[in-house]
Amino acid sequence: MNRLTPVRRKLASGLPLLAAPLLAGCNLVVLNPAGDIALQQRNIIFISTGLMLLIIIPVMVLIVLFAWRYRSSNEDATYDPEFDHSTSLELIIWSAPLLIIIALGGLTWWSTHKLDPFRPLERISAGRPVDPAVKPLHIQVVSLDWKWLFIYPEQGIATVNELALPVDRPVRFDLTSTNMMNTFYAPTLAGMIYTMPGMRSTMHAVLNKPGNYVGFSGNYSGSGFSDMRFRLRGLPAADFERWATGVKGSALPLNIPNYRILLRPSEKVAPILFATVDPDLFRRILERCVEPGTPCMSDVMRHDQAAGSPASTAQGHGSMPQNGRAKGAIFQSPEEKGSGPNVTKQGGPPPGQTKPGDKRNRTMSMINSLALPGDPGTARG
Amino acid sequence: MSEITAAGPAIVPVTAAPTVRHFHHAPGEEHEHEPGEATLLGFWIYLMSDALIFATLFATFGVLRQNYAGGPAPRDIFDLSLVALNTGLLLVSSITFGFAMLAMDQAKVRAIQAWLVVTALFGASFVAIELYEFGHLIAEGATPQRSAFLSAFFTLVGTHGAHVTVGLVWIAVMLVQVGQRGLTGENKRRLMCLSLFWHFLDVIWIGVFTFVYLLGMIR
Amino acid sequence: MFDSAFLKTIFGRLTLESFPIHEPILLTTFVVVALLGGGVVAGVTRYKLWGWLWREWFTTVDHKKIGIMYIILGVIMLVRGFADALMMRAQQAMAFGANQGYLNAHHYDQLFTAHGTIMIFFVAIPLIVGLVNFVMPLQIGARDVAFPSLNNLSFWLTVAGALLVMVSLFVGEFARTGWLGYVPVGNLQNSPDTGVDYYLWALEIAGVGTTLSAINMVTTIIKMRAPGMTMMKMPIFCWTALCSNVLAIAIFPALTGAFLMLLLDRYLGTNFFTNDLGGNPMMYWNLVWVWGHPEVYVLVLPVFGIYSEITSTFSGKRLFGYSSMVYATVVITILSYLVWLHHFFTMGSGASVNSFFGIATMVISIPTGAKIFNWLFTMYRGKIRFELPMRWVIAFMLTFTVGGMTGVLLAVPPADFVLHNSLFLVAHFHNVIIGGVVFGLFAGIDYWFPKAFGFKLDRFWGNVHFWGWTIGYWVAWTPIYVVGLMGATRRLRHFDDPAMQPYFIIAAIGAVIILVGIIGFIMSIIVGVIRRDQLRDTTGDPWNGRTLEWSTSSPPPAYNFAFTPVVHELDTWYDMKNRGYERPADGYRAIHMPRNTGAGVIISFLALVMGFGMVWYMWWLGLLAFVAMVAVAIGHSFNRNRDYFIPADEVAGIEAKRNKQLAGAAA
Repeated sequence: MNRLTPVRRKLASGLPLLAAPLLAGCNLVVLNPAGDIALQQRNIIFISTGLMLLIIIPVMVLIVLFAWRYRSSNEDATYDPEFDHSTSLELIIWSAPLLIIIALGGLTWWSTHKLDPFRPLERISAGRPVDPAVKPLHIQVVSLDWKWLFIYPEQGIATVNELALPVDRPVRFDLTSTNMMNTFYAPTLAGMIYTMPGMRSTMHAVLNKPGNYVGFSGNYSGSGFSDMRFRLRGLPAADFERWATGVKGSALPLNIPNYRILLRPSEKVAPILFATVDPDLFRRILERCVEPGTPCMSDVMRHDQAAGSPASTAQGHGSMPQNGRAKGAIFQSPEEKGSGPNVTKQGGPPPGQTKPGDKRNRTMSMINSLALPGDPGTARG
Repeated sequence: MSEITAAGPAIVPVTAAPTVRHFHHAPGEEHEHEPGEATLLGFWIYLMSDALIFATLFATFGVLRQNYAGGPAPRDIFDLSLVALNTGLLLVSSITFGFAMLAMDQAKVRAIQAWLVVTALFGASFVAIELYEFGHLIAEGATPQRSAFLSAFFTLVGTHGAHVTVGLVWIAVMLVQVGQRGLTGENKRRLMCLSLFWHFLDVIWIGVFTFVYLLGMIR
Repeated sequence: MFDSAFLKTIFGRLTLESFPIHEPILLTTFVVVALLGGGVVAGVTRYKLWGWLWREWFTTVDHKKIGIMYIILGVIMLVRGFADALMMRAQQAMAFGANQGYLNAHHYDQLFTAHGTIMIFFVAIPLIVGLVNFVMPLQIGARDVAFPSLNNLSFWLTVAGALLVMVSLFVGEFARTGWLGYVPVGNLQNSPDTGVDYYLWALEIAGVGTTLSAINMVTTIIKMRAPGMTMMKMPIFCWTALCSNVLAIAIFPALTGAFLMLLLDRYLGTNFFTNDLGGNPMMYWNLVWVWGHPEVYVLVLPVFGIYSEITSTFSGKRLFGYSSMVYATVVITILSYLVWLHHFFTMGSGASVNSFFGIATMVISIPTGAKIFNWLFTMYRGKIRFELPMRWVIAFMLTFTVGGMTGVLLAVPPADFVLHNSLFLVAHFHNVIIGGVVFGLFAGIDYWFPKAFGFKLDRFWGNVHFWGWTIGYWVAWTPIYVVGLMGATRRLRHFDDPAMQPYFIIAAIGAVIILVGIIGFIMSIIVGVIRRDQLRDTTGDPWNGRTLEWSTSSPPPAYNFAFTPVVHELDTWYDMKNRGYERPADGYRAIHMPRNTGAGVIISFLALVMGFGMVWYMWWLGLLAFVAMVAVAIGHSFNRNRDYFIPADEVAGIEAKRNKQLAGAAA
């Protein structure tokens, strides 16, 4: 160990140099969020980074120091070509990172359980526990190609690409997807969570500051992905009620025909507000049986369970359900093979310099402009 | 550039009093690495990686095995007696291959060829019965497209069947090569690899039989 | 005219539309590539080099030449992958607010998919396999690898995969799924075009090559070490190569299996990863990440070996803590299997599962940290010469520690919830892959180049290479960390928040600085070749090396060692030099060598044709090529003309020349 003493002295003098703050100024929403969950996640980032810097900074200083001190032109430095082992050094080498990781591992175990998105909130923000009488606001989230549908079952309303939240009230999100996997992500509110077809994920969160924020998909899901954004509005409780009443007063119902239109891929969809919504819609989307006549997943599973048990009667083998699935390539007739175009070659004007929300942008998704209720100007809430 | 770099290897100063060491084989000692050993090890490693492909397919089957999607379940479609027959055929073929290897140790070319032909016949009947089973299932509407369970079933069993088919082609090639050149070292090595391969397929099939068929029927 | 059933049967879905004749970017690229390619072909024909190329290089089974060809492939593909990166950087730097940038989604999405796929599968893997191929047999004192002709086949299969990806640039299109071909985006109904098929066939073909090569390397290390070289006397680079290749053998089957099932979904309409009829897309994610995370270690372990060799050589010291280094490598190999789920903490696996995988991930940083310390104490009390390879080591250590830190941060699930899929994550893995793998590969190329060609790389351009990459890395990726913390996620083609734009512009400038580094790299080779007489090294040991590869001439003779070396200590060549080793002057015997074969080239070409036929639904072509492939493989098994002897006279001649050269150098 005594070999290291000069090193230690140098190390102490070099430390403050690297401690200079890295970032200043810009709007680092991840580090300065408006929701308590995101704030706690931010704190975890800070604590973990601090813990790791305990070892990272000395190591980086030592790298520079050793590289400089033992340069070949330095005649003063000791040269010991046979020095290749030291039990005490090895002990430090392995135990220093081990200690950090033990600390970090404890933090991980504790924080992962505490901030588990499935776990109902215990506090609204630091020092303000959740009032047990307050029921969390329930919101059902569906990611479609390429827009977000928010269903408010209590209010009986639904919106597309606009999510309004009452400030300081816990929210429970249930999430699913129609086709692609996306992640539901509003950086200011909480971390992201996947939306997956046929599966339900859950997330609890709360927004603490009123204001206008953005949310989007964090997982690539096809050509309309970049603009799959939604407006996140934090409203004081009274304003939220007013907003909900306003939505109820709008003209559109979210019935099956309208849902079908919504289901068609579209991009850059401006917010749409639906006055009413089929209360069973989310379950049917989740169970993939929105279309009348398609069996719901839970029914199929019950059927399958029965089929597997010895008590079941012999099943008919059943023919292939026709639900518009693509045929495997081998089975396509020559005509069905179609053409494999180079799709970078798109018709129409180049994509640059087009107004956001402009109808022409939609041609980029190969879908002709939809008769979607949400065309800009027709159904703005 | 430092002064050390310029030094040729022959003039590096001797620091400690060196014991005399030989740094290369003396001319008489030169030896060849035994190629057969490396081949067997390499082939064995290949089999391990192949086993992992099967492990992947098994794992997928394990995840999807109850996803009948309203379609047929194992009890509806599996004909256990047929599969048992198939299992028997493959197990016997492993024994007959063993006889071929015994014959190889005794350098009996004719016997090797005879046992290889017998093995190939058993293997071919195995593939034929499997194809018959597949054809039957598809005719009944239990196609690989019908449900995730059937996709996983056809792929796992089919991949094994494809391996057996490769084994059959290999046996045919070995029959010709042993006939042409006799029991050269190279042919012995290849027969040993083929033997490993054939027994490996047997082991995999036992997994398929228990995990896919028996367990599927019990549920 | 392409519509008739007959033509569809012949050409599948290939039509005139498949060629990007209206797309200026692709057309220009095509013209440039065609001109370059045409120029090379014309040059080779003009100087009558085809025969030489075929005999000496394409059909070679010499591990050194195959290694060099792997590296050439990796460098060419690096240029392609980097061109994609520049285009993405340009798009993201301009596409804010009303400006949609110059790339539409179809083009941009192909770019990031191609960039990731190429950089991992056709840059990092070939460069690593190339270095292992070239160096490892020399380090263990072997004359070649265990299966020389299989080695040739492995290489050409990788080339076939790379070519298939390149063909997709001009015929049809590439996948728009992200580099792992995620479902549901990659399912038939969501991506019916040729892109995903190109992706799958290219990677299946290249993946077979990689697996075969890994089997070959493991067998070589286990069976062909020089007498006296026990496992714990094996150079550390060979240890890391061994672990990396064992890992590759263990993980590539998962990828092959996953791709096979996705191919079946797309070609037969099965339901492995579909949304309906019981399919399970998450299964695909699990399988590709069971491959994907260990793959990071497949890449980084040999690079750790390279750093160890270089640090030891240029510090003029034995490697500090050799055995702890070996254990660290083995521990990383095993642990890397237990962490894949950290790629999708946010799928909602539950807190206990998430924390298990999070903590397992962090545990890997312990042996990795130990390695950093070992390099540190190798420098301690050394006499460090800052030649180019050693500079890369210092740059690596400073860069990689930061990447390691952000990596451990991402392993904490609550932190990952906000950072997952963000540009912070993208910055993290570029931090470890550029700062770890790429720097190490360049260090290795700079280090072993004189061994391969007998002269060093040009120093000035080598410095341009080094500083371009190091400065460029930090300028390009620091701002990406920042925008990640501003909430920007990956694979976005367009942004709304104008506050981010300056950061993307800085990042684009960083990419241009890296371009300077790449130009420096290519120039250091070109100028090196031009100035080869000044840069010549006749000793075979230009860096005062410590391991066996430096005991032969540069470039080494075809047979590597006239006599099989006998190993007594870890740093064998250092030991030999220390004890006044004298080269033998006579007693040479004929040397048994494997003979070149064209089977690898032919089989791989047929694999390429098969892949192309299947991508375009030309069933007859795919089938024909497959049958031909089997026929050639069987035909090759009848080939008896597989080896030859280098006569003793010839060996004696080569060795005498070398002895004379050495005497000249010493004088």
